Amino acid sequence: MDKLITVSPSPHAYGDDSVKRLMYGVVYALVPAFIISLYFFGIGALIVTAISIVSCMAFEYLIQKYLMNARPSITDGSALVTGLLLAFNLPTNLPWWIIIIGALVAIGVGKMSFGGLGTNPFNPALVGRVFLFISFPAQMTSWPEPVVSRLQYTDAATGATPLGVVKEGLNAGVPMSQLLEQIPGYMELFIGHMHGCLGEISALALIAGGIYMLAKKIITWHIPVSIFLSVFVFTGILWLINPYDNAGPLFHLVTGGLVLGAVYMATDYVTSPMVPKGMWIYGIGIGVITVAIRVWGAYPEGVSFAILIMNAFVPLINKYVKPERFGEEVKNG
Amino acid sequence: MIQTFPKGGIHPAEDKFAAGIPIRVLPLPKTVNIPVSQHIGAPSEPLVAKGDKVKTGQLIAKSNGFVSTNIHSSVTGTVTKVDKMMDSSGYKRMAISIDAEEDQWEEGIDTSKTLNRKISATGDEIIRKILDAGIVGLGGATFPSHIKLSVPRGKKAEVLIINGVECEPCLTSDHRLMLEKGEELMVGIQLLMKALNVKRALIGIENNKPDAIRHLSSLASDYEGTEVKTLQIKYPQGAEKQLVKALIKREVPSGKLPIDVGTVVHNIGTAFAVYEAVQKNKPLIERVITVTGKKIESPSNFMVRIGTLVSDLVEAAGGLPDDTGKIINGGPMMGKALKTADVPVTKGTSGILIVPSDESRRKPVLNCVRCAKCVSICPMGLEPYLLQAATEFKKWDLVENERALDCMECGSCSYICPSGRPLLDYIRLGKSTVSKIIRSRKQ
Ligand code: SF4
Ligand code: SF4
Repeated sequence: MDKLITVSPSPHAYGDDSVKRLMYGVVYALVPAFIISLYFFGIGALIVTAISIVSCMAFEYLIQKYLMNARPSITDGSALVTGLLLAFNLPTNLPWWIIIIGALVAIGVGKMSFGGLGTNPFNPALVGRVFLFISFPAQMTSWPEPVVSRLQYTDAATGATPLGVVKEGLNAGVPMSQLLEQIPGYMELFIGHMHGCLGEISALALIAGGIYMLAKKIITWHIPVSIFLSVFVFTGILWLINPYDNAGPLFHLVTGGLVLGAVYMATDYVTSPMVPKGMWIYGIGIGVITVAIRVWGAYPEGVSFAILIMNAFVPLINKYVKPERFGEEVKNG
Repeated sequence: MIQTFPKGGIHPAEDKFAAGIPIRVLPLPKTVNIPVSQHIGAPSEPLVAKGDKVKTGQLIAKSNGFVSTNIHSSVTGTVTKVDKMMDSSGYKRMAISIDAEEDQWEEGIDTSKTLNRKISATGDEIIRKILDAGIVGLGGATFPSHIKLSVPRGKKAEVLIINGVECEPCLTSDHRLMLEKGEELMVGIQLLMKALNVKRALIGIENNKPDAIRHLSSLASDYEGTEVKTLQIKYPQGAEKQLVKALIKREVPSGKLPIDVGTVVHNIGTAFAVYEAVQKNKPLIERVITVTGKKIESPSNFMVRIGTLVSDLVEAAGGLPDDTGKIINGGPMMGKALKTADVPVTKGTSGILIVPSDESRRKPVLNCVRCAKCVSICPMGLEPYLLQAATEFKKWDLVENERALDCMECGSCSYICPSGRPLLDYIRLGKSTVSKIIRSRKQ
């Protein structure tokens, strides 16, 4: 026989999943939330997203090419996702140079310093965000007025997020019932009509994207559901005990970065557990820490911190939580 | 009710191109090379020498130990060589080469097509016949069948499971056999039940073969205790432990066999061979083999004499396409890539698959992104990404403790990985290293 044939071990067939397809799936899932953000925050949303994506991809390329002497892999879409998620976690009036610093920290420190995709213990976009939050607290906690500031970027009029209003008010001793009058109704909160970070406002759009990712088997339901459930139960208990000084569970679910965090940040492959039981532990941990920070902590919002803290536990969870083995115990009958 | 196994599993493209093509008898080949090691266990001992005349069905190599079996000449003719020749493993191993002439069958073999339903042999006689006829697991495992039927002391078989799943993509030989030899299969199943002394047999067939399910169900209604079960389409449902779980909801413990949970699994093809051996006195010298592939001119199912060269078989299906990247002995998930088509088919060959070159190359390998897909689809509940890494870094304790030996090499993990990681390649290495370590520990 004169033909050259390949001899390789089985299997000889492969599925059509690729890292690229999965990453672009996340990007598509984020489109509805981005459109809603454009509607409420206008030009600021566009500028912040563009700067974040371009600088994340540029840093990834430059670091891989010149510092790591590796073949750049920016086409795999992961830097694009990091850029997009970083932008989603920033206010839309953030000056351009702060965004670039955030991108450098996210990609350089959060991802590449550990060796690139698949090796980083912490979610890179959140590393970037939390760095900015600590370094530039004033800029990171002023959020543009939705709708009216559509045509303004850094000069937009600003206000506090619903979580911020509640935290301040409760600290000052204002009862919850009065505070609720100062913030939009539940339906508006659900759609996203409020102050907040670029991509976190619309629970509706984010959940729609989440359902798309579930259908495309990009994520599984365990992490988002365990986070939502634990937040719901924990805040529900607090609310039942003392409805005057606590916001209800529904309020906690639709405000702040909870949906964005639970569906898109906590589900990051690299930094989340490998088996369903571990995902539950991780998700419940995130939910509980988030509520603890929101209710008793110094900040009105705690999703980012909660995810980063639980990221740190992932290696431990993976080490001790094993999948249900086939034939482990004799389960007959 | 449609049943399946609960843990893991994948859905590769089925590509069963030859499903509608009836079995054709392949014309007698000019030469056959019959390896003396076509089964798991000790190679058989050749009984013939160069120049000997042999008849079709004549014993030419005899069982050599407990785990071994007999081998018969698949043609009539002259032995030209008893020597090491390349077989499907890619290595040169002992085989018997015979130049074929017109068929002349060994005395006492019934070559007629008449159906013989009457079972007169006792259980022990059936098992003896199966050994004499050289029957091995025809699903691909090639474990000598008589051993599976000799239930060890202290254990008891309650139900016989017949594997008609054919979950391996592309292959259709079992499917055709069920459609065309249904009556014979039923008798074969009764023989196996008698040998095992069980009153119940379950035939598991996947939902993608509704015609076979209908046909065998209607035949089964004449046989007490025999029942066809419809299974959901999912790979690797044909794996022994998965099939047992799907059909009788029992989990074979790690390192144990189906008999430990009261059952024995035999393949559809084996049941047919048992019928022929016991009712027709015909040894295992031929079997059904699918020849298929996207570029193959006429995908076919052939009744083939053991020892026929793969090249002869491919020729009969229209020849090797210009665009040939891989020649696989078996299916795409668990089959073995051949170095050349000039090797013989054996008792364990269920199909020959020709893969075009653009599908023969693997994807580029990227970092593990820890997507957990390999973990969620592993039917044995293992963590392939971890076994791969542990093997790469030679952490053999970890490989062992993470139960690499439970891996049945179904290939689902490598199939699903979005990063194109060669998970199973590493896991195989991990398994064999750990086996060696365990063996040296025992000494
Ligand atoms: S090849 Fe082994 S590790 Fe991979 S999925 Fe199959 S059983 Fe699991
Ligand atoms: S499927 Fe591949 S990329 Fe995903 S966890 Fe397993 S080895 Fe890693």
